Amino acid sequence: MANTHTHTHVACFHCGEDCNDHPIMMAEKSFCCEGCKLVYELLHQHNLCEYYDLNAKPGINQRIVVRQDKFAFLDDEKIQQHLIQFRDEDQIHITLYLPQIHCSSCLWLLENLHKLETGVQRVTVNFTRKEAKIIYNYRETTLRRVAEVLTSIGYEPYISLNDMKEKKPRVQRKLVYQLGVAGFCFGNIMLLSFPEYFTGNNHSDASMNRMFQYMNLVLALPVFFYSAQAFYKSAWSGLKHGFLNIDVPIVLAILVTFIRSLAEVAAGHSGYFDSMTGIVFFMLIGRVLQEKTYQGLSFDRDYTSYFPIAVSVIKDGNEVPTTLPDIKTNDTLLIHHQELIPADGIISRGSALIDYSFVTGEAAPVKKSVGEIVYAGGRQVGGNIEILTIKEVAQSYLTSLWNRDELKDSGKQTNVSFVHLLSQYFTWVVLLIAVITAAVWTVKDPSRIWPSVTAILIIACPCALLLASSFTNGHILRILSRHKLYLRNAQSIENLANTTHIVFDKTGTLTGKAGTEVRFFGDPLTPTQEMKIGSLAAQSLHPLSAAISNYCGVANNYAVRDFREFEGKGICGWIDDLFIRMGSAEFIGIKQKTAQDGSTVFISINEKPIGLFTIRNGYRPGIRSMLEHVRDHYDLSVLSGDNTREAGSLRILMGANATLRFEQKPADKLDYIIKLQGKGEKVLMIGDGLNDAGALKQSDTGISVAESTNNFTPASDGIIEAEQLKLLPSFIRLCKSNRHIVIISFLMSLAYNITGLYFAVQGMLSPLIAAILMPASSISIILLTYSMSELSGRRLAASATTAIPDKNHV
Amino acid sequence: MGVIILLLGASLTVALGFLAAFIWSVKHGQFEDDFSPAHRMLFEDKVDNSKD
Repeated sequence: MANTHTHTHVACFHCGEDCNDHPIMMAEKSFCCEGCKLVYELLHQHNLCEYYDLNAKPGINQRIVVRQDKFAFLDDEKIQQHLIQFRDEDQIHITLYLPQIHCSSCLWLLENLHKLETGVQRVTVNFTRKEAKIIYNYRETTLRRVAEVLTSIGYEPYISLNDMKEKKPRVQRKLVYQLGVAGFCFGNIMLLSFPEYFTGNNHSDASMNRMFQYMNLVLALPVFFYSAQAFYKSAWSGLKHGFLNIDVPIVLAILVTFIRSLAEVAAGHSGYFDSMTGIVFFMLIGRVLQEKTYQGLSFDRDYTSYFPIAVSVIKDGNEVPTTLPDIKTNDTLLIHHQELIPADGIISRGSALIDYSFVTGEAAPVKKSVGEIVYAGGRQVGGNIEILTIKEVAQSYLTSLWNRDELKDSGKQTNVSFVHLLSQYFTWVVLLIAVITAAVWTVKDPSRIWPSVTAILIIACPCALLLASSFTNGHILRILSRHKLYLRNAQSIENLANTTHIVFDKTGTLTGKAGTEVRFFGDPLTPTQEMKIGSLAAQSLHPLSAAISNYCGVANNYAVRDFREFEGKGICGWIDDLFIRMGSAEFIGIKQKTAQDGSTVFISINEKPIGLFTIRNGYRPGIRSMLEHVRDHYDLSVLSGDNTREAGSLRILMGANATLRFEQKPADKLDYIIKLQGKGEKVLMIGDGLNDAGALKQSDTGISVAESTNNFTPASDGIIEAEQLKLLPSFIRLCKSNRHIVIISFLMSLAYNITGLYFAVQGMLSPLIAAILMPASSISIILLTYSMSELSGRRLAASATTAIPDKNHV
Repeated sequence: MGVIILLLGASLTVALGFLAAFIWSVKHGQFEDDFSPAHRMLFEDKVDNSKD
């Protein structure tokens, strides 16, 4: 019989999380943990409680305590130099990345940091980038102190090895300048062209007309030479690599329009500068919008973003913080609890429990003792260990894994968008029409060859087509990112729409990272018994014990006497008058073999078996109905780095036809994807963690799952927020409608083109017709794509709200 | 017709002024964070009673 655990949900005043059964009370406010209470006390003391007035429960959960000396390395001058941006007699400027920033309370508190730490002079938060620029007086405080104060209020700075590299400018300001210049020139050229539009060449004042033409020419120069640079670059790099990308016909159109307009002005006519600047302006808008969507998201992270900037090296008995590149072989590193091992090494002291989930996907930590080799990328859980490095950071296993993946990068270039194919046909057809027109005019009236052929190239520029696709893609990308699926680029939309086979990773993807489901079977436990069991379990670092102690509640710790841990068997100890054993069936002294899925822990009190706990990975909410939906339309596979203990429930979840593979190493996953692609499947891989990095890169679309977008994810085509995974079928549907929208708007732009060509082949394209057709087609296509993709987005939003919620378990 | 030239000059100057203002504001990062300034102005400076 199952003991159903009913919590009365009391939300923590600081972080809003469930306080379980044992809220910590203070000043009539309940807190989920000591950490949250401490932050409240600190803020209360400094009169900063407005933090809680601006938003309810704005805090960051403090259950995980940050190690005391974690930021000791910031005292090191050399490390400081890499981080500090500016320094003078009394000030230091530094920008720290604080991934926890999420609301206006955060903003308020951080900008009032000077009330908590006297040396701090000014803090300016950049919310979009989640960064805080801190100015402090280094005579009154230190960088370490600032980092520690930030940590104490829940904003632990994230300082990684990546910070040592030169920073690339994050925002493409140049593009915005180019847009501004293009907009300015386009607007003024239009204004100056109005007299021309309304009177044609019979202008009342010829000299005035002439002046307008020259002014237009002057205004077109910055657009031609400055604003359009991005297109030249992209077209040139395309040509260099031997393929006609979509920017080539655009550049051709810009060039032809400019040269013809020059000739026209020289001959005393007005040119097509209005159309040319218009094209550049509208195309630039598309690019800037796309850039804007992706501010603050990073798709190309490598191992340096995961690694710490420094570790403690033991030299002559002292801990010396050392930056990673300075670590040599045969250095002794001190690895603290929850720290990442940065280089391969041999354990020289302490017993290690290493969590390789980041590298292999295996959920349970591995025990290693003195003399054994540990690999970079593992996270030490438990006490401190010392390792003797056998390889430098750059040569370690993890790093080499990364470098190997990079070799596979070229595979994706072969995917050519249908828009590119269309535009290539389009280019050929336009050239053909131009040739035929030229031929016809050669026979009839050679003087009209030049005007008609150039007019064809001007009017038939594929910019409407490109606008159609770039605006639709851009808008679909924005709708998706509104629902927290962030795709890298437009090509990913198309790839996602073409998916035939979906491959999931298990740990961290289908299951939540922390979401374990614990159930008790047996005689119902009294609250005291439960707490005593929890207290015993809290003594062990084994993940199953951690899950049980978490389930039982860890507050009101009882003293445990004679605690003993038997590796691979179980733990036992005395609490008051109870002798509790927990572990395998043999350890408890019963013969029963478990028929349960997942892991089982038996409990006996005073040598009398009383029941068992089952611990299973909790599947994410909504995963079940999502899988039921997708398995009718796609082939499914699960590649897990974990062992087979979940096979049963996974089979039910994935359906009979799915392929399930366990104990997969990163290379196995990669090979499996290659095999599928060999069969002509279009693979969508959804995973997390480094163990999926190769597979994510190889697959047609690789999407990495993040608990929140601030989390670090491997390089991929997209990032999805974990709770949104349940909307996957709707996302794919939206990507499919993207194609339809592009085709419809393409047909429409074709209609405009045919109208234009009708005038052009006759050599009758007046600047007025061009000036009407170009912006009209651009604007109507923007409106069309916008409204159609918005409509599809509405459908997605509707399915997001009606998604069938299912329980957290199967 | 001289007045048109005058007007033209004036309109171009004004437009150039706006372009310069735009470039200046981009350069000073006014478009980089659209959340903080909007919220910062709503914070009140309370009189600090606990200290001093």
